[in-house]
Amino acid sequence: MGPLCMAAAMLLAVLPQTGWAVDPAVLAAEAKRIGVASRLAPSVVAIFSRGGQGGGSGVLISPDGYALTNFHVTRGAGTFMKCGLNNGQLYDAVIVGIDPTGDVALVKLLGRDDFPHAVLGDSDTLQVGDWTFAMGNPFLLATDFQPTVTYGIVSGVHRYQYPAGTILEYTDCIQVDTSINPGNSGGPLFSAAGQLVGINGRGSFEKRGRVNSGAGYAISINQIKLFMDHLRSGRVVDHATLGATVTTREDGAVVVDGILDDSEAFRRGLREGDEIVSFGKRPVRSVNQFKNILGIYPKGWKLPLVFRRDQSRTETMLRLRGLHRVSELTGPSKPKPGRPGKPGQPKRPSRSRRPVAKPPEKYKHLHIKKSGFANYYFNQQEQKRTLAGMSRLGDFGGASGAWVLAGKTAAGETYQLTVAGTGVGLSWKQKAYFQELKSADPLDEPKGSGGLLYAMHMWRTFLAQREKGFGEFYYLGSEPLDGVGDRVDVVISELGNVRCRWYFDRKEARLLGFDSRREEDADECEVRLSGDNQSGGRHWPKTILVRSAGKVLASFGVETVTIRTEAAK
Amino acid sequence: MTNRVLTGLLGLVLTCVSFPRDVMGQSSVHTTIQRVQQRMVKVFGAGGIRRLHSYSTGFVVSPAGHVATVWSHVLDTEELTVVLADGRKVRAKVLNAEPQLDLAVLELQAEDLDLPSWDLEADSSDAGPGTRVLGFSNMFRVATGDEMVSVLHGVVAAKAPLATRRGAFETSYEGTAFIVDAVTNNPGAGGGVLTTRSGRLLGMIGKELRNAESNTWVNYAVPIAELKQPIQQIISGQYKARQREPDETEAKARFRPLEFGIVLVPDVLLRTPAFIDRVQPGSVAAKVGLRPDDLVLFVNGDLVQSCRVFKQRLGRIESGGVLKLTVRRGDKLVPVELPVPEKSATPGDNK
Repeated sequence: MGPLCMAAAMLLAVLPQTGWAVDPAVLAAEAKRIGVASRLAPSVVAIFSRGGQGGGSGVLISPDGYALTNFHVTRGAGTFMKCGLNNGQLYDAVIVGIDPTGDVALVKLLGRDDFPHAVLGDSDTLQVGDWTFAMGNPFLLATDFQPTVTYGIVSGVHRYQYPAGTILEYTDCIQVDTSINPGNSGGPLFSAAGQLVGINGRGSFEKRGRVNSGAGYAISINQIKLFMDHLRSGRVVDHATLGATVTTREDGAVVVDGILDDSEAFRRGLREGDEIVSFGKRPVRSVNQFKNILGIYPKGWKLPLVFRRDQSRTETMLRLRGLHRVSELTGPSKPKPGRPGKPGQPKRPSRSRRPVAKPPEKYKHLHIKKSGFANYYFNQQEQKRTLAGMSRLGDFGGASGAWVLAGKTAAGETYQLTVAGTGVGLSWKQKAYFQELKSADPLDEPKGSGGLLYAMHMWRTFLAQREKGFGEFYYLGSEPLDGVGDRVDVVISELGNVRCRWYFDRKEARLLGFDSRREEDADECEVRLSGDNQSGGRHWPKTILVRSAGKVLASFGVETVTIRTEAAK
Repeated sequence: MTNRVLTGLLGLVLTCVSFPRDVMGQSSVHTTIQRVQQRMVKVFGAGGIRRLHSYSTGFVVSPAGHVATVWSHVLDTEELTVVLADGRKVRAKVLNAEPQLDLAVLELQAEDLDLPSWDLEADSSDAGPGTRVLGFSNMFRVATGDEMVSVLHGVVAAKAPLATRRGAFETSYEGTAFIVDAVTNNPGAGGGVLTTRSGRLLGMIGKELRNAESNTWVNYAVPIAELKQPIQQIISGQYKARQREPDETEAKARFRPLEFGIVLVPDVLLRTPAFIDRVQPGSVAAKVGLRPDDLVLFVNGDLVQSCRVFKQRLGRIESGGVLKLTVRRGDKLVPVELPVPEKSATPGDNK
């Protein structure tokens, strides 16, 4: 016993300086954490419904007050909410856009143009084991709006979480052991460096009550970035489907086990039994992975799909169709009682029940109700911004006569295109094509063009009358042009069954072209405009490139433009 | 005593030395996580009804394809599937199990696997309170295919015997366990591993464990030191199951099912329904026509919800009387009466 005691005593004698003092590295790490947390806290929002029945969290992402949160936080909160920041101030906020499927909502805090805000990171660089901060207002503890901070690691990346009794689905999400509790919903998940990498919204809860049980899920900020302009449009945005379902074969390959024959995928040749090789440029090795890829894109995006049948491999570009009907998105989406074993949302902690308060008088004009929109006011703003460049093209309203465009195609064939109020005609390659407008349905003329002649009528209507020429007209959001190019702003017009997507350069608000769809589930006529051709005080394109179903019809060079009065015709 | 002090001090020294490295070494943690995840598997088997999960976790303990996992109802099937870290699906069978340790070893039904595996000698370690740890498991079945199991971080709060008070914690493992501050023991997490942040294997995450009185849950792992030998012996085919010391109920019991010729299904759940697994030929039970798959519903008019309750009821019946059972056979209720043999009081019953 003696010698052992001695040894212990000797160890003690050696230890005090080195052993009991906290290592500087530990102190430095602590100081860094404190620094990051206090730098981030001002951007964290405590959200309350105006009636004060409940709430959640959010995070500011721009100085003019745009903030992200969960759809399930705003759902019960109405169009105007109250948002608290850690300076103790309560701000009015208005709903902007919602994504009920992805459980994301964009709101705008009002009254300042210098809000502190978070910096968006790249959630695809997150690795399992990385430290993260979750901030927000769990259990609505903070009456001074000072956010609660929890700290933990990334437990999994690219996770898929099934819908929990609702249409709400978490795809390609981030799994963390950072405590996510009721009230954390909608709050930010920050990387260790303090960049916004996700929006916390869900947890795996089974039998331990609706509190953290080690598995929280955040919607990746990279997914939200794809939806951001869609959300800013004030719309109720939808996710996408391929029009086909997949399953895992015995050998592990992911194969199509069902396909809608009116889907674009079907028209491009995808059939039951085909193996999905890659989608959106990511290899597909599991059904979850396929759902993860699909789930992060808005309805209407174009994605490359590679599939294999026997030895043949097909690469194609597909426009994704909507996952839901409008009524499904806007209708009552009260979560059905979650099946046991399925993860659910942390329920909003509720406070005393008071009637929903009236919107603040000062900001009443910032909300416009319209079917299909969370707030049409913001769509009007985005339309104004996107169409600002149109007046530079000249006054096409004055060009009410027939337009005659003539020249040669890239292949050297001469053509003449006449676009008038009563009909559209094209003479090209010794043939004449005609689209009557007064009574005839939109035709696929020339055949396989997707309806070029009617598309030209849409172009003329757009230039001459803008929104007045259409039934529906709204700003959609942004997407990469043709699925591969830079992001462009998209405006939608609808006239009868014909739906056009108008593409605008984001810097100069220049019209780059449009896709015109004669009817639902028909291949679009894709028109791309380039070059500047001044004539009669108006700017016309130098070339009109026409494609459909992945094939180029022709590139029409515009050499002369004449405007004839209808009477002269 | 002094030895313990010394060990404690040494532990403290080690902790102080390793801590800063952990703080700084985020990239080494990523390497650790990737290395461990390659050695983890997802186990899919029986369950899926009511609130019983049909999945659990396992860790590879031989390159040839032995997997250690938690002994649970999930393994109670012919259709046991193991999904390897690389997404390959392999059939598996239970090689042997030690219910007292909640341990089972599976054998993968595939050849030439040459899997990344744990070396139980070289990769194992022990740890005391304060040690920072990582938990790996397929809790909540978040991962499918080649997706990696979930990782949690935490600290060893204690290394202590599990207080397996009856009615409080129902567990077959009664030895020393690592208690951790992370929520490691979730549905499906059993059979996962607890490691140090440098990837040394500390223990196997146990089944979910709830205190019925306080409705609280314990997060624990069975130390690898307890499991190492049985795993190795099971693999080499030399393992003999431990003899359980007769527990309180059994000591008190006057009668056991076997005395009537009844063999119940293995009692693996909190409430395993009292299904008859086998009826011994020529026994009392056989004479009254009891059959395998009969579900015992009533004992002398009292409802029995589980194997355990059935055994307790049998333990209390008087000798020399009649045992009335009602069993469900298919969709019929069948009453039977069995004579209870004369028997003197057992030693455990004389208080």
